Amino acid sequence: MTAVSAMGIGRAAMLDALRARRSGLRPCDFGGLTHGFVGRVHGVEEHALPPAPAAFDCRNNRLADMALRADGFDAAVARARERYGAGRIAVVVGTSTSGILSSEDAYRARDPETGALPASHDIARTHDMFSLARYVRAALGLKGPALSVSAACASSAKAFVDARHLIAAGVCDAAVVGGADSLCRLTLSGFAALELIAPGPGRPCDAARDGISIGEAAAFALLERKGDGVALLGTGESSDGHHMSAPHPEGLGAIAAMRAALRMAGLAPGAIEYVNLHGTGTPANDATEDRAVFEVFGDAVPCSSTKGWTGHTLGASGILEAVISALCIEDRLLPGCLRVGTLDPSFRALVLTANREAAPRRVMSNAFGFGGINCSLIFGELR
Amino acid sequence: MIRAWIAGVGVWGPGMAGWEAARAVLRGEAEVGMPAAPPAPGFLAPNERRRVGAAVRLALVVAQEAASMAERDPADLRSVFATANGDGALVHAILETLGVPGRPLSPTQFHNSVHNAAAGYWTIGHRARAPADCLGCHDASFAAGLLKAAAEAATEREPVLLCCYDAPLPPPLDAMRAGGAAFAAAVVLSPEPCAGALGRIELDYADEPDPAWPDAPRAAALRALHAGNPAARALRLLESLALGAEDRFAIALLDGAVRVSVAPCPTDAPSAPTESAP
Repeated sequence: MTAVSAMGIGRAAMLDALRARRSGLRPCDFGGLTHGFVGRVHGVEEHALPPAPAAFDCRNNRLADMALRADGFDAAVARARERYGAGRIAVVVGTSTSGILSSEDAYRARDPETGALPASHDIARTHDMFSLARYVRAALGLKGPALSVSAACASSAKAFVDARHLIAAGVCDAAVVGGADSLCRLTLSGFAALELIAPGPGRPCDAARDGISIGEAAAFALLERKGDGVALLGTGESSDGHHMSAPHPEGLGAIAAMRAALRMAGLAPGAIEYVNLHGTGTPANDATEDRAVFEVFGDAVPCSSTKGWTGHTLGASGILEAVISALCIEDRLLPGCLRVGTLDPSFRALVLTANREAAPRRVMSNAFGFGGINCSLIFGELR
Repeated sequence: MIRAWIAGVGVWGPGMAGWEAARAVLRGEAEVGMPAAPPAPGFLAPNERRRVGAAVRLALVVAQEAASMAERDPADLRSVFATANGDGALVHAILETLGVPGRPLSPTQFHNSVHNAAAGYWTIGHRARAPADCLGCHDASFAAGLLKAAAEAATEREPVLLCCYDAPLPPPLDAMRAGGAAFAAAVVLSPEPCAGALGRIELDYADEPDPAWPDAPRAAALRALHAGNPAARALRLLESLALGAEDRFAIALLDGAVRVSVAPCPTDAPSAPTESAP
């Protein structure tokens, strides 16, 4: 597994930030926008893609490439390629906006006479959703099937489900699973239009929480039928069937997704020792998720949101928080929500607001997206 | 090898307003014809009906037709949506707005801009709790969607609705795309033989596909549509179903391909149960 976010490059930087409770959120300084705070990754502008797939150059693919080169991930995939063959490893990646920033810039450089975009702008290799999957597949020298999943903020959590289906059906033997979403005006302005951007750094689960901070991240995992380390024990999916941008008020979709993941893993709720919440930091989202988590787990299972460190990394949040969940297991840590002065008194689930040393064996991670898409993943040690 | 039965189908395209009309075109009994605007879906509440763009309407009309033909309740039917462009007209409008510093987006525009908007409105309109997925795979969207939906049906042992749709991009986003008509196709894939199935497919992924396997439809009249719209990569499969013909073809997925074998299901006799793939 590998991850790049505002916490830093690679898992060691992430673990260090989590232990030190050091947030990566800073006042927004991106794309001429200054509203709220963002979790911006440093060094994306300077990062150069390798020569072969350089036609894919855009902020999103640079971010993805930074993650591929961290934590020895590309070398681990190269070894898997030797084992299985390049055609037997799929690429299944999630993104909500891919390289749309490149089209935003291109629209600001249109020909004033004809309205044409600059001739150098390659929509298919930058803006298009498939750009990410194609880039990752080319950069890793793979020849298996490639899928870009774009299901809003559940995208890269859904990627785990899609990869599981491909492996289970025998289409491939392993899959590079993950995702990337990078800062762009579309999401910064769009969430501002919905009045969901917090003026200060986001503080999920606080009584006075007032919205999200947007972050960017890329992270990947190699999913195999058998392997060492943390395993994907269960996946659960559902739809709210309720509203495009507001969660079901009783959290029925979230409850269904969490229970489906438990069912697949063959686990009782009490077997889960930590829940990494979707926990975006908006008043409605966190309240609904608390209700759903309490319904499934009661007040016995510690849970928290780590978006106070990274911001909401949108389509990348599923994989980023999957990597955090694996760190919690391997490095024996339960991170408590950052910046919570007063925990929302209406919450009934066991929300952590300080770090706790513990050795969880099984962890759930939630991701919920616009359109009412819900996905819960369970990671754990195989014993 | 994944095996699935086609329990229902839906089509919308030029001269193909629904499966019956499409079947006549695919069998060579009618002309390809002119594009028509898809109807607003009756299952959406009036305020949501007003909010959906043409591309989402295109998706919803074929999804509804396929689910109805398969006699499946959309509320508990798994779904996979696949589209290259999503709502390209909306993406263009948003990019124009963002092109002018300081101009605000509308909240509805923003939440409708998610690539899974059609999946969202489908599940909202049907109060569905079943999982919905959404892929964006450029020209390989149908190939990727078919592979994913078939793998899901086989793994979960439940029917899965695949809905693949694309409306042409407006200028200037269309500069690097072949122009084409709006097209959408949906199929309900069942992991088990089912009464009334239109055909049985077997598929796998090949990283070095045999170039001898065709991908374009047999009828020359369909080839411009096939080449001009990513969703119309479904035409070879639809043509085989309409003709009731055995067939095998390969749908490009980057430098690999999804290889598909089609066998017709006799309409007057139930399909014999067969061993499932290992």
